Amino acid sequence: MNVAVAKTGKGRAVSDLFTSAEGRLPGSPGVTAVRREAFETYERLGLPHRRIEEWKYTDLRALVGEVLPLAAAPDAAALKRAADAVKAHAIDGARKLVLVDGVFAADLSDAKALAVEVGFKTLRETLEKDAGLLKTATVDAVIALNAAMATDGVVLSIADGAQLSAPIQIIHIATAASASAFSRSQVTIGKGSRATIVETFVAAGATAYQINDAVLVSVADDSDVAYIRLMDDAPDAVNVTSQFVTIGANVKYNFFNMTTGAAVSRLQGFITLAGEGSELSANGVNLLKKTEHGDTTLVVDHAVPNCVSREVFRAVLDDRAHSVFQGRIIVRPDAQKTDGKMMTRALLLSDEAEADNKPELEIFADDVSCGHGATAGALDDSLLFYLKARGLPEKQAQALLIQAFVGEAIEQIADDGLREHVIGIAERWLERRQ
Amino acid sequence: MALLEVKDLKVRVEEREILHGLTLTVNEGEIHAIMGPNGSGKSTLSHVIAGKPGYEVTDGQILFKGEDLLEMSPDERAAKGVFLAFQYPVEIPGVATMNFLRTALNAQRKARGEDEFSTPDFLRKVREVSKSLNIPQDMLKRGVNVGFSGGEKKRNEVLQMALFEPSLCILDEMDSGLDIDALRIAADGVNALRSPKRSMVVITHYQRLLNYIVPDVVHVMSKGRVVKSGGKELALELEASGYAQFEDAA
Repeated sequence: MNVAVAKTGKGRAVSDLFTSAEGRLPGSPGVTAVRREAFETYERLGLPHRRIEEWKYTDLRALVGEVLPLAAAPDAAALKRAADAVKAHAIDGARKLVLVDGVFAADLSDAKALAVEVGFKTLRETLEKDAGLLKTATVDAVIALNAAMATDGVVLSIADGAQLSAPIQIIHIATAASASAFSRSQVTIGKGSRATIVETFVAAGATAYQINDAVLVSVADDSDVAYIRLMDDAPDAVNVTSQFVTIGANVKYNFFNMTTGAAVSRLQGFITLAGEGSELSANGVNLLKKTEHGDTTLVVDHAVPNCVSREVFRAVLDDRAHSVFQGRIIVRPDAQKTDGKMMTRALLLSDEAEADNKPELEIFADDVSCGHGATAGALDDSLLFYLKARGLPEKQAQALLIQAFVGEAIEQIADDGLREHVIGIAERWLERRQ
Repeated sequence: MALLEVKDLKVRVEEREILHGLTLTVNEGEIHAIMGPNGSGKSTLSHVIAGKPGYEVTDGQILFKGEDLLEMSPDERAAKGVFLAFQYPVEIPGVATMNFLRTALNAQRKARGEDEFSTPDFLRKVREVSKSLNIPQDMLKRGVNVGFSGGEKKRNEVLQMALFEPSLCILDEMDSGLDIDALRIAADGVNALRSPKRSMVVITHYQRLLNYIVPDVVHVMSKGRVVKSGGKELALELEASGYAQFEDAA
């Protein structure tokens, strides 16, 4: 197999990545043309590096170096491992949609059991007709690469007025070692509906894999949506995800991301409040150890007046871990009465851990309330001593305080069951420390 | 029988010696009061017994039930039966009091090789003790000490004392920040825990607290040493004449 090397700082450019995969990438001839164009964009830009402002703290050229070749189709043994992983990570009562190495796995999914109000197709199916889903407004190398290479994904369409009691859980499973998976999904939520989407990223025996995922979400007026991402990838994996979210009027959108794995991860979210009277709650927790690097980059665009956005992020960093939070709030000239706040706090459990916070407010309206805050520090010695004096050994005392620290973000998840699920992931992470 | 033996203890904080050879023996079941002016080293003594970091013991020893306490981590000391009621109990947002109490109790039991408390037993015990201390149930659902008044914090310390059943309780300035009613409730809680198997060291500036928790022995500390010991009447004497007479003795 050819090992594809992306354009690097040294100027090497090898397009084997695309040419070797092209025959396996689905889509009509029109789609192929869009893919080629996207790949050319990617080749022109190369992997993002520190001199590109948006990627200043997450230099993929230094951290990742090369993009691995597209994963081959999983064999029977890999599918068996994937089935076990699905069982281990499925949320009670959720309707599961499973992508194995970026390709929809019908046998592992509950696509037929989805509520009647939920339309479902695969990306592969939609690309037979139309390349629309490969196009996005934002030009960024990893997004262009995703458009060029996306093999599959889920395309969900939730009808107006649908009240979904069960969450829909998209489970990404990596089975192929030293290979890349490219997925792209779309979630369209109709007017006045209620839905919960969970995305889970896990490995089933795979190591050193790379994920490049993109999700396009649009939420129509008067809806109430929870979107929860759980990135629990293998310790040597790479996961770069781009989310584009457009929110209509009078919507409640509750977003949560938890990162508990991957050598290098980046979630970049572009959220546009496009209808008045909406409330965005975007929160997250990074639990990182060893040399893990986790980046959450959110751009919240208040395009219209009278919306509220709240961002609460917590990072817990052990060993030499590195967490990045970049939060930009844009308030457009017409977006009066915007109320946007973000607060990010990092807990450093080691002297060598690093937290970078970059808040940016771009305010073009004059009657708004916006603010941000960021802190980084160690556990409070006086609290630790109190707990130890009551009989808690050091690690257990730390664990209790860490749980409380991340709890401030986790408690933003409204659903009791999902909140408990997330707390469980955090507890297991803490147990592995002890 | 001696429960706690502090022998010629010398303690430094940073470069400064705070305790200059302190000796103190507390027998099983006794209540000792330690009085003394600010800066005499009372709180340092309580912190060193509990194992707070930042203190350097340069000489002497502390034996608890005959074992070397200074060799133990703070959690080991707690499991052995040492309890420090803090002068200023910390607030721990996000850690529900009930969860904290159960985690601490079970950690101590585990360290002693005992079974964990069953949930019904635990709840019954917490309910019973909190009722006697006038601690409302909704307080137990809140973060540890978060938003508690001074009196509530001290009652929460007494609640823990009752739950953990330590053999040595050190009450560090329990009266600070309490009005007379709050003091009475907390002191009543402490008195209910008096037992021939339990000793207490009551650290205070003022004689007032000793009207409620009546000691067997009173020690006067000055400049890092015990300079005088006597019966409970010594406290009254101090209240009348002040600490000045001992400053020279030290």
